[in-house]
This record gives sequence, structure tokens and C-alpha cells, in this order.
Amino acid sequence: MDVAIVNYNAGNIYSVDYALKRLGITSVVTADPEILCKADKVIFPGVGEASTTMEYLKEHKLDELIKGLRQPVLGICLGMQLMCRFSEEGAADCMNIFDTEVKRFIPEKHEDKVPHMGWNMLTDVQTALFTPELENQFVYFVHSYYVPVNENTAATTNYILPFSAALQKDNFYATQFHPEKSGSVGEVILKNFLSI
Amino acid sequence: MLAKRIIPCLDIKDGTTVKGVNFVNFRDAGDPVELGAQYSRDGADELVYLDITASHEGRKTFTELVKKVAANINIPFTVGGGIYELKDVDRLLNAGADKVSINSAAIRTPELIEEIARNFGSQVCVVAIDANLENDQWVCYLNGGRIPTDKYLFDWAKEAESRGAGEILFTSMTHDGVKQGYPNDALTTLADSLHIPIIASGGAGKMEHFRDTFVEGKSDAALAASVFHFGEIGIKDLKQYLHEEGINVRL
Repeated sequence: MDVAIVNYNAGNIYSVDYALKRLGITSVVTADPEILCKADKVIFPGVGEASTTMEYLKEHKLDELIKGLRQPVLGICLGMQLMCRFSEEGAADCMNIFDTEVKRFIPEKHEDKVPHMGWNMLTDVQTALFTPELENQFVYFVHSYYVPVNENTAATTNYILPFSAALQKDNFYATQFHPEKSGSVGEVILKNFLSI
Repeated sequence: MLAKRIIPCLDIKDGTTVKGVNFVNFRDAGDPVELGAQYSRDGADELVYLDITASHEGRKTFTELVKKVAANINIPFTVGGGIYELKDVDRLLNAGADKVSINSAAIRTPELIEEIARNFGSQVCVVAIDANLENDQWVCYLNGGRIPTDKYLFDWAKEAESRGAGEILFTSMTHDGVKQGYPNDALTTLADSLHIPIIASGGAGKMEHFRDTFVEGKSDAALAASVFHFGEIGIKDLKQYLHEEGINVRL
């Protein structure tokens, strides 16, 4: 199976590559349109700031390319947010694969720290990404912006309010959390994606 | 609900794990990658690798170790020690670390916190503070607890937060290695005055100490070394205990 990881100016791209290697999968980290289009699976990771990253993607025409992919695509963290319509982070117009906004967490009490960082629970898991045993399992999050619960929500997590821990629409899958850093639970989710 | 985190800390010297008692007299505690992988399997939520000799020696060995950790371990990890400028941060993040912890460099050059936050995001920047309780004042120290400064814990933590620190890792030199519990009064003061997560460090001797720092100290995470390295407390048992005590942990 050919797995391609989209290479762009985001941090920690290689941690996904490492995670796949631990599962015995060799992936290619690339921005080459031909390789990305031909891959069986495409992973779009990301750590960074939305508006500058989006500008970079537009400049390199990667936004249209990702949007046009027909094979299973997995967006991770910032990758997921950039697949939405609009992000409050830098008021960025994004790819609009998922017709939803990305909003900043607003603390309601002193204990509500932003970023939401650490291990939190998956609930209402749906779609092929999540096998039923993943309900109520913990995964690792680091983010200050969130996607509200909407018609594409594939899993929910509660922090300050219930938000989308994962999204799915057609061949596009996305997680707000980092499966590549979520221990054995994350490995199950990556395997599930690879078997779609 | 966000889980409270248990973080084993591995002090690294010349590529192996060591743990001191009150910052001196090191004992060997094993291979860092293997130890980290074992902790991850046992349910550790994060790992911290500190290059404790970095101030004095070359750091090529440590960077190579960071790469091995990134390749082998499936939970987040923080690295610290020997970080003086942005290019050290860049090197360690590129090697696969999720966060960096800065200590002496942050006190000497507080602007470094802002630079890290601006270039890589606040979530990457852990500001570690070593402080010793002296005449009712928490005095901050440099260079692994060797040099006192004119900074005090609460003011310095507040400044670090306002400059863009993503977390505060507070090590009490007074409590470290003594195994009598964490400094929960000071931790509560930190938690009440800051809006970023606080990691308690230094003082764990038994499982109750972890419960107490989450409940009384309001800590978001608890870090320990020797009780884990020498098998005095197993992470699985600890998390089961905390769960039974009503604390939200990842099992």
C-alpha cells in the first residue's frame, strides 16, 4: 500500500511517518502532486498557525490538490482545521471540504486552560475510523481552536463544551487529536484508516 | 474531561538515565529508550528527557537519542537541557521532540520564551523552574540548582506565562529526592494565579503524594523519576489507585 504524507511548512510531519513505521508501513513524505494523487492513502498532518499555513498551501496549489483527492484522506490537528471552511485563527479562508467554522476556545472559568492540552475522551464515535471499542478511550490533544459539533462530526470530546474530535465526509477523514501520539489507541485509529 | 497526567522524567547523562538525590550523587537507572517505551506501555501520559550534562558537554549524543525516542515511542515527549537559543529548539523539534523545556536560558534570556512561542507555538514551550524554599521565599536557581538568582518563583512563573510559556514545570529543590510529597501550597498558588498547566515535580515518594498534588496542589500533571525508575511505584498501579481515588486519569 502506498501512503503519502503531505509535506508542507508545518511542524512535526515526521512523527506521523515514525508512527506508520511502527505499524510496519513505509510512507513517502512529499509535495509532489503526481505521487499524492496516485497514493492509496493520503495523510495531511499539521502543527502550526492557520492563516500562514493556508497561504503557503494556496501558493503551492496544494489546497486544490487535496480537495480534489478521491482516495481516503486523513487530516490531523491543524490539517483537519484547514479542511474546514473558515478559521478564526488569523481569519483564514480554508479549503471548505467540511462546511464548518473553526473557533477559538473561550474559557468559562479559571480552570479552563487554553490550549486544550493532554489526554481526553472520545465519545459518540462513528465511521470506519473508529471501531466500537474506541468509545470512551483517551487520545492526545494540543489545540487552541476547535470545530463545533456539526453534521460531519465523527467523534465528540468535551472540553469547555462538546466539540468535534473527528470529522468525516465522503473520502475525507480528520482528527483534532494526534493519533500518532495517542499510544495504542492512536495505533488502532491509524490502522482503521489504513484499512478503509 | 481532561485527564491528569503522570510524567516519568529521565535524566540523561552520556546517553544513559540517571537520577540524583537533591541534584547530586547519581545512580544508574537504565537505557533511556527502553525505559521510555516501558513507561509508555505501562500508561505514562508523557515523558520528559533532560540532558543534565548539556551545560558542560557536547550534545550530539542527546540529539541522536531524541531521534531514537521519536522513532520508538508513541506518546508525547519533552526534551530539556542545554537549550540556549532558537536553533537548539529547532534542532530538537526536528529530531522529533514534541516540546522543549527551558530553564536557565529562560532566566538569562527571557525573550527566548517569546521567540519559541512565536516560531513554534506556546504549546511547544515548557518553562522549567528550579526553586528552593529559603526564609519563606521560593528562590529560583540556574544551572541545575547550582546558582541562585534574584528571581522568585511566583513572579517569574507569571512573567514566563505572559511571555508565552505553554506550561510551567516547577521543581522544588527543597522536596526533590526527599520523597515527602510535592509542595502543594506553592503549587496551589501557581495554579490560582496562572492560566497555563502546571507540572508538579520533586518530592514523590508514595502514591498518596500524587493524589495530594492533584487534589490539594491543583496540579495538572505530576512528574517523578526515582520512584518509577527503581520500581518503587508502578505506573499501572498508580493510575489504578488514582482512578479509585476519584481522579480522572487515562487507564
